[in-house]
Amino acid sequence: MSDAPTHDADEFEPVDVFETTEMDLRPGADDCYKCSTCDTSCPVAEVDDEFPGPKFQGPEQWRLKRTEGHEIDDSITSCSNCMRCDDACPSSVPLSQMHNTARGEYVENQRFGREALSALADGNLREALDIVREGQDGLVERLRNRILANYHTSAWLASFMPSVANFVMNFGPARWAMAKTMGVTSEREFPEFADQTFREWWAARGGAQVSNPDKRIAYFHGCYSNFNTPEVGKAMVRVYEEFGYEVLVPPQKCSGTPMFANGMLGDARRHAETNVKNLAAAIENGAEIVASCTSCSMALGQEYPELFDLDGIEDVAAHTYEGVEYLRLHEDLEGALDETSVDGSEFAYHAPCHARNQGLDTQAVELFSDLDGVAIEDVGDSCSGISGTYGWKEEKYDYSMEIGEEMFEHMEHAAGETGMTECPTCAMQMEHGTGYEIRHPLELLEEALVTGS
Amino acid sequence: MAIEDDVCVIGGGLAGMTAALRAAREGARVRLLSHKKSTLRHASGLVDILGYADGELVADPFDALPSLPETHPYRRVGDDAVRAGLSLFDDVTGDAYRGTHTDANALVATHGGTVKPTARYPTRVAPGLASQDRKTLLVGFDSLTAFDAPLAADHLAAAGVPGATRGVTVAFPGDFRADSRVTRSARALDDDETVEIANGSMPVRRALVRAVESHLGDAERIGFPAVLGEEESQEVRNALESALGIDVFEVPMGPPSLLGLGLETLFQEALAEAGVRRTTGNPVVEFDADDGRIRSVSTDRNGRPTPFHADEFVLATGGLVGKGIDSDREGVVEPVFDCHVPHPDDRYEWFDDEAFGDHPFARFGVTVDDDLRPLDAAGGTEYDNLRAAGSVLGGADFAAEKSGSGISLATGHAAGRAAGAAANQ
Ligand SMILES: Cc1cc2nc3c(=O)[nH]c(=O)nc-3n(C[C@H](O)[C@H](O)[C@H](O)COP(=O)(O)OP(=O)(O)OC[C@H]3O[C@@H](n4cnc5c(N)ncnc54)[C@H](O)[C@@H]3O)c2cc1C
Ligand code: SF4
Ligand code: SF4
Repeated sequence: MSDAPTHDADEFEPVDVFETTEMDLRPGADDCYKCSTCDTSCPVAEVDDEFPGPKFQGPEQWRLKRTEGHEIDDSITSCSNCMRCDDACPSSVPLSQMHNTARGEYVENQRFGREALSALADGNLREALDIVREGQDGLVERLRNRILANYHTSAWLASFMPSVANFVMNFGPARWAMAKTMGVTSEREFPEFADQTFREWWAARGGAQVSNPDKRIAYFHGCYSNFNTPEVGKAMVRVYEEFGYEVLVPPQKCSGTPMFANGMLGDARRHAETNVKNLAAAIENGAEIVASCTSCSMALGQEYPELFDLDGIEDVAAHTYEGVEYLRLHEDLEGALDETSVDGSEFAYHAPCHARNQGLDTQAVELFSDLDGVAIEDVGDSCSGISGTYGWKEEKYDYSMEIGEEMFEHMEHAAGETGMTECPTCAMQMEHGTGYEIRHPLELLEEALVTGS
Repeated sequence: MAIEDDVCVIGGGLAGMTAALRAAREGARVRLLSHKKSTLRHASGLVDILGYADGELVADPFDALPSLPETHPYRRVGDDAVRAGLSLFDDVTGDAYRGTHTDANALVATHGGTVKPTARYPTRVAPGLASQDRKTLLVGFDSLTAFDAPLAADHLAAAGVPGATRGVTVAFPGDFRADSRVTRSARALDDDETVEIANGSMPVRRALVRAVESHLGDAERIGFPAVLGEEESQEVRNALESALGIDVFEVPMGPPSLLGLGLETLFQEALAEAGVRRTTGNPVVEFDADDGRIRSVSTDRNGRPTPFHADEFVLATGGLVGKGIDSDREGVVEPVFDCHVPHPDDRYEWFDDEAFGDHPFARFGVTVDDDLRPLDAAGGTEYDNLRAAGSVLGGADFAAEKSGSGISLATGHAAGRAAGAAANQ
């Protein structure tokens, strides 16, 4: 309540992370009053005693970093970027933004060579050798993270020969080799590649079937519904066309979600440039942006403007919706569902962490509870544990399953034997832990409003 | 079109949750909008009605209510509403809380070693009431610096509590990080995890008993910081009690508070059961009104609005701490609907000269009519279908009076009932 401004403009030390991205998170760090609430909501800290938690990763590290010579602690790579800490902080400290930035900086700074040389100069051969050896391990890990983060590239290659790719990716010896040399866990089955990608389907059907200058959306399908679950993308298109929308499918790249989580901000930025350019053009064209994956809508709506400074990026954020959310706000979705029914199905629904911060975690249950023929049950507010690429890493697999345990149990207890979620990687984890088939809310909407009617 | 409900409550603290629950019991379709997760997880878990009036300790809050000023929220809603709010609370919390047997305040020892007059307290805390004349041992953990047991014991002795109180600090068994999160040790106790100790390993509950046994002396009860289990706390306490042979209680802690978290869970279950629809994550920043009625409010997410329509609205956004009331150079404002907040123009009149004096700003908040509808500067209602509850209301100094939760329950209950009834018409 004092008159004094809290932050002196002259004291700002902008931290230059990448090219034009200038960020000063200090006011955020200063907002932390150390209540530790973020720590109690972090799923990784709950199972990994080595992980110091979001309060350290965020505000404390930020303060330390301002004192000279402090390097980002390597525990930052253990944060899965689930963003639960953001939601928990009563003081709106931008925790995940701090983590993303710190992780980017950490990955940039891994320069073991310099340290090895200085050890050599000190005549400490042994230490120099150790540093080099560690560095090599680090290199493999970075390569692995890079491959995981750039899922779209592997998926794109695989899409040319989906059946071969499906075979090779899950072929025992190949998986063993991947685990041994790269640290990709062999406990998980790689997701299957579809015979026809969403974009191939889209082209084959001749693009939009409805044209309507007054009701237009641009679909951001992301990598996963393009390569692995095109049925989600198709459901999205059919439901929107049913409501009379013209669907645009602009050229697009990965949303960047897996890259943020692996500190590859440079890669993410390049993709963001393409996405922002094309999506901004669609907005110009009268469209709103709709994503079927809650991590994609999170990236476009929050992480983009937090991490990058690109022309039109704020505009893209302000026009981005999740697939069901947009319909709920702009159509009488409840009314439409009132008049229809589906053949008896029971679902165990899991709200992805990224849906929470967007206020979408209760949407599916709220909407489908009254739909005739459907029973849907929320399996609780725990994290699924996979958090995109986190659960694919050999060294994280056990933690990932430990985090997921609560969700698996609740799924088993729920009446439904089919799972439901908006997030493709949560879906993988749900299937992996229970063997259930997992559906996307848009698929149920399609069944209720398009194929069923 | 759009999202529509009968009643829309803004704010997910105790006041908002109470209002939503009460309105839903009226048969209305209710939405609870909250920026952040509930604030209960930061709170001590104690429920105070009135601990002090005019700086004097209050023995029975109901005796003291009539002497409060006319502008006080309790006077607005009346004694019956206070009782009704409490009874809704008792209904939600069931066995998890104590204090229903009397109107009088109980005295609970806090982690700082002060004695707090309160109306309802968790069952986990109950055996430790400071008013009982029993020899007490307080145990702190060296990893949990927020509770310094020897210091708290000294403070309690200085405060003149009956019964000798001693304090010791021990290491929490097991190899947890020094800055270990409270939930970590609580879960270890829940599951009775095996931990490493000096000469081998054993279940953590037994190890904890070992660590304190030698300090017991003639103590008749033993108090730990409130970290004894999250989901199985009853079982943890039973196990410790039967091994130690004396009563075990817990001392309420500051945030992050397991007692507060437990209370939050109870309310959330009640809300789910009552069919209240919850949307959290984004703040309400705008509204649409015509004809003196609010039509919709909108949350904001990075510049993108999401509208929520309803017939009746309840404002429960908290006080100066919860940002339900804000101040800037221009003055004091209620930021969502810009309801009138009376305050002196001269900022120097906001404060008392004494640091611990009677600061007018502590009472800043919206003023309301008997139906809890906010009033404008001229004394007319701001909007027909808007009511306010909790610490967004002016006229009470929650911290000094120790009345925070009581006011939230009483006014939340009254606002929820009125909004639910109005929506039904
Ligand atoms: C640290 C702490 C200790 C406490 N200790 C005690 C105690 O010992 N005894 C006791 O009786 N009570 C205690 N309390 C409880 C406190 O008194 C209650 O919080 C009080 O009852 C006020 O509740 P409220 O619901 O009015 O406001 P708050 O609890 O402040 O809740 C306000 C809610 O509104 C939300 N909100 C604010 N602005 C917006 C917006 N624009 N849009 C959407 N949502 C918004 C916030 O996210 C929050 O959920 C404590 C509270 C805290 C925080
Ligand atoms: S929740 Fe927010 S204020 Fe509390 S410790 Fe974490 S960052 Fe700081
Ligand atoms: S983003 Fe998730 S994993 Fe990372 S610190 Fe926050 S809560 Fe923990």
